[in-house]
Amino acid sequence: MDLSFFTSILFATIVAGTPLIIVALGELVTEKSGVLNLGAEGTMSVGAVAAFAVAHHTGNPALGILAGMAAGMLMSLIFAFSALTLVANQVASGLALSIFGIGLAAFVGKPYESVALASVVPLKIPLLHRIPVIGPAFFEQQALVYFSWVMLAAVAWFLYRSRAGLILRAVGESPVAAHSIGYKVVRIRYQAVLFGGAMAGIGGAFLSVFYTPMWVEGMVAGRGWIALALVVFATWRPLRVMVGAYLFGGCMVTQMFVQGSGMKINIPAQFLSALPYAATVLVLVLISRNRGTIRLNSPASLGQPFLPDA
Amino acid sequence: MWLRFEPRAEPSRLMRYLSPIIAVALMLASGMVLFMLLGKSPMEGFKVFFLNPLKDSYGVAELFLKATPLMLCAVGLAVGFRANVWNIGAEGQLLVGALAGGWLALHFEGSNSPLLLPGMIVAGALGGMLWASIPALLRTRFNANEILTSLMLVYIAELMVSWLVHGPWKDPDGFNFPQTKLFTAKALLPVLMPGTRVNAALFIAIAALIAGWVFMNRSFMGYQMKVAGQAEHASRYAGFSAKRSVWLGMLVGGGMAGIAGISEVAGPIGQITEHISPGYGFAAMIVAFVGRLSPVGIFFASLLMALLYMGGEQAQQYLNLPYSISKVFQGMLLFFLLGSDVFINFRVRLLRRINK
Repeated sequence: MDLSFFTSILFATIVAGTPLIIVALGELVTEKSGVLNLGAEGTMSVGAVAAFAVAHHTGNPALGILAGMAAGMLMSLIFAFSALTLVANQVASGLALSIFGIGLAAFVGKPYESVALASVVPLKIPLLHRIPVIGPAFFEQQALVYFSWVMLAAVAWFLYRSRAGLILRAVGESPVAAHSIGYKVVRIRYQAVLFGGAMAGIGGAFLSVFYTPMWVEGMVAGRGWIALALVVFATWRPLRVMVGAYLFGGCMVTQMFVQGSGMKINIPAQFLSALPYAATVLVLVLISRNRGTIRLNSPASLGQPFLPDA
Repeated sequence: MWLRFEPRAEPSRLMRYLSPIIAVALMLASGMVLFMLLGKSPMEGFKVFFLNPLKDSYGVAELFLKATPLMLCAVGLAVGFRANVWNIGAEGQLLVGALAGGWLALHFEGSNSPLLLPGMIVAGALGGMLWASIPALLRTRFNANEILTSLMLVYIAELMVSWLVHGPWKDPDGFNFPQTKLFTAKALLPVLMPGTRVNAALFIAIAALIAGWVFMNRSFMGYQMKVAGQAEHASRYAGFSAKRSVWLGMLVGGGMAGIAGISEVAGPIGQITEHISPGYGFAAMIVAFVGRLSPVGIFFASLLMALLYMGGEQAQQYLNLPYSISKVFQGMLLFFLLGSDVFINFRVRLLRRINK
């Protein structure tokens, strides 16, 4: 295997892992506040279509990303109203958001199905991109790839080094205690859900504006759900989210690997496409097998409704 | 003025049954607004979407045809949902059931045995149960969250169907279309009304609803599962097995979804293609919730959901709107239901702000 091939595999892995990192970091913060939002798949879909439409009409991918983010926040606002204000079941609300979002995206996106966007020139980081082998893979990427690294550091800092992050985690561990010392549990959870929605919207936008770059119904293809699984896999820790995302990214580009390696084995494409989903199941099993790990690491009030003054 | 939710002393039974009706009304109202935003006349939109599908007996037959897989899937899911077993992979279980029964139909092609069709139905149920047993096993043995595993298996099942119809099962005389041979006569469900497509699977679905009612309301196991869903600790204290609830919830859901798969491939489709189900397995979750997890409710909710599918087709044909509008309606319906369900457990009080 020659080195340039290795570089291109690495490059593709990072690209495939990026939306997973972005979405999973958002979900991580949401879950740390005690809210389980299963709507990531629907939020990503709407974010993807909004971003694509705006990028197509304005010709400006950056505006597209902003539109994806705004759409993601609007979507998560519906969820927050249902699950936090109306204290509806979080699992059902999240499923509803996914079903609604996938349908809405398909509906809105119909006119854009035959349109293609110009691909965006990647952003080279000076000097670093000249490192042999890994330079072109890591430092000649789209801006959102660097964004995902910055956000990783920011989320890790926020959760474990900032006062606001400490409060957010307190809300997730014990909303009753946090409420009794005067923190606005519902407001904090709203903010966490909105952040998760914004990130899911950006993740979807990355797919439609940079990754493909086009819009097809069902193009999110379970990445929202995989991001949810990633949060469990990472046992709610930011750095492990990145490790997991690149592992899954690697699974997603196996097709390219098999074709490029010139191996003479004939594997049906569907088998390779099924790999990330099978890997998700496997990873969930490996992590959840030890009940203690999950109980120790998951926010204690995850999925529990909270009603102040009740 | 502030709104405040006060818990009711007891859940309101009235609201429990009123809430789906409020949700449907809200869905209709926002549907009209949606039509208006799309530049269509709301009355015209309503007529095309909700009335046109039912203007003749063929339309009514189609309604029951589309409601059949929804009833089957939803009643199976309801058994699990009652015990907080979140099987959201019915779509995948439906597909694997269709593959299992379809394999029989293709293997015994041209057979005249009267046992072929019953065999396919059993195989379909077993296929769905097999697919559902994976998340059940992973949940009970390894504590893996069944929401994510059952959903991942949907994608894997879709890819399996795709592989089979593009590869080993492709009809050699099918002009390279990704589909199997057409099933022969004895492998097809009998049509109930000549000139329509509604088939005998409707009877299976109604039998399943009745069996579901008996199980949920008259059996000890059904009671145990209900307790497990409503009061986990009480259920554990009473010694009811949580694992058994998971297994039963999953297997019933999977088996019913598998039969729903047969109702499609041995019914209106008559072969295996890449498009066996327009998301019946997911829509069935909405049906189960709107139907209050009760078989009677599920019967009516299935008809409503079938109407939304048909309305989407009509809107595509006559209003030039994408078919996916029916999914927008479906999603809205579930949200409105969850929203109005708040009034089951809470009452709303208006509070005046005290001036400081």
